Amino acid sequence: MGTAQRNRVLIGKPGLDGHDRGAKFIAQALRDAGFEVVYTGIRRSPEEIAAAAVQEDVAAVGLSSLSGAHMRLFPAVVEALKKAGAPDIPVLGGGVIPEEDIVALKEAGIVEIFTPGTPIDTIISAYRAACEKQPPG
Amino acid sequence: MGRAISLVENGAESAEIILASLDEDLISQATILGITGPPGAGKSTLTNGIISQLRQSRKRIGIVAVDPSSPISGGAILGDRIRMMQHATDQDVVMRSMATRGRLGGLCATAGAAVRIMASCGCSTIIIETVGVGQSEMDIISLADITLLVLAPGLGDDIQAMKAGLLEVADILVVNKADCRGADTLAMDLEAVTRKGSAEPTQVCMTVATEGKGIAELLERIDTLDSAHRDSGERQKRRRGAHDQEVLDWCLEILRPTLKSEITKRKLPLLGDPRRKAKEILQEQ
Ligand SMILES: Nc1nc2c(ncn2[C@@H]2O[C@H](COP(=O)(O)OP(=O)(O)OP(=O)(O)O)[C@@H](O)[C@H]2O)c(=O)[nH]1
Ligand SMILES: [Mg+2]
Repeated sequence: MGTAQRNRVLIGKPGLDGHDRGAKFIAQALRDAGFEVVYTGIRRSPEEIAAAAVQEDVAAVGLSSLSGAHMRLFPAVVEALKKAGAPDIPVLGGGVIPEEDIVALKEAGIVEIFTPGTPIDTIISAYRAACEKQPPG
Repeated sequence: MGRAISLVENGAESAEIILASLDEDLISQATILGITGPPGAGKSTLTNGIISQLRQSRKRIGIVAVDPSSPISGGAILGDRIRMMQHATDQDVVMRSMATRGRLGGLCATAGAAVRIMASCGCSTIIIETVGVGQSEMDIISLADITLLVLAPGLGDDIQAMKAGLLEVADILVVNKADCRGADTLAMDLEAVTRKGSAEPTQVCMTVATEGKGIAELLERIDTLDSAHRDSGERQKRRRGAHDQEVLDWCLEILRPTLKSEITKRKLPLLGDPRRKAKEILQEQ
């Protein structure tokens, strides 16, 4: 089989701000699209998110940030995943992110960036595509 | 370890090699603790408190947290980690979230495999958290050596009306949220109910999981009960029950696809007794 594995994703929120509306919304939308979503809640460090992603053997990691700290935190999760021995797990991110940051974040290894205007179907398709790229579990 | 559990969960052939190479001594020594109860009672928070306490003695701990899959989309939100993230980077706390995936018996089989993989990797205590609602969730509890039923005041669960089975699976009743109004009354009601018709009434513990209160006492009671069960043979009896159940689950998991295609292939007439047709098919297998 091995395909079910591609449905497992982790949604987390690094950083210090305390709103998780966005992260919860994405988690629910992914669940309704048939994903198994490991939800880690707010105020997580990049290392905590990476460790959880490895233990849970997820096919992709989704991050949410509203605080503007995405330029530091999103790449930090990519780094933490590398250190945790899971450089293959793709990282996606969402938040109020200006156009010029998106280019830089993609260069830093974030595979997709979503902004408040991104349609939810686009987001779900992007997660599906990111999970497909993973070698079958 | 995460990958090994995935392989088993997804029914990969290579899982057999992993499962055959596990350390049976470690598995038979480990204590498997079941934590169940209604949604929101504080099961995950209590698990977090238990982890903190056990980690003081440097023990390695495993957690299997089971949440229901959505029957409509097949997806699930596995949110038990939220309450345990303080241990996320602790190498000796191994956690795995699992969705029920609408399996009938198969869940027991995969959760059982996850527990054995964790034990074999040196976890001396393995906690299984599951919501005490559906039948498949309750079946998992049969894997545990000791089961806690976590309740809390204000959940609207009238004890008298509570499913009899739920109280019966519990070795220890935990009244969590003891800082909230109604906790004392709930504990007294529970004691009254368990005392009725039982020479050895189930113990009732009070905890404030968010503050770590009452957890040391709870663990002491768990230890005492676990030792008693080891001495009396009760533990062995339960392991036997769980083992046989798991074998049965695997039989059904393995047979299901074969039987399904066999049934489709035969294009059986719509009339006639399905039970007899089933017997005929099984006899020919
Ligand atoms: N006041 C108080 N709140 C608590 C206590 N323990 C847990 N809570 C709160 O109760 C809520 C639910 O706690 P969880 O640990 O997620 O409950 P759960 O039983 O695991 O819930 P599910 O996994 O969703 O079934 C959280 O907001 C906790 O902070 C307690 O001892 N006192
Ligand atoms: Mg929980």
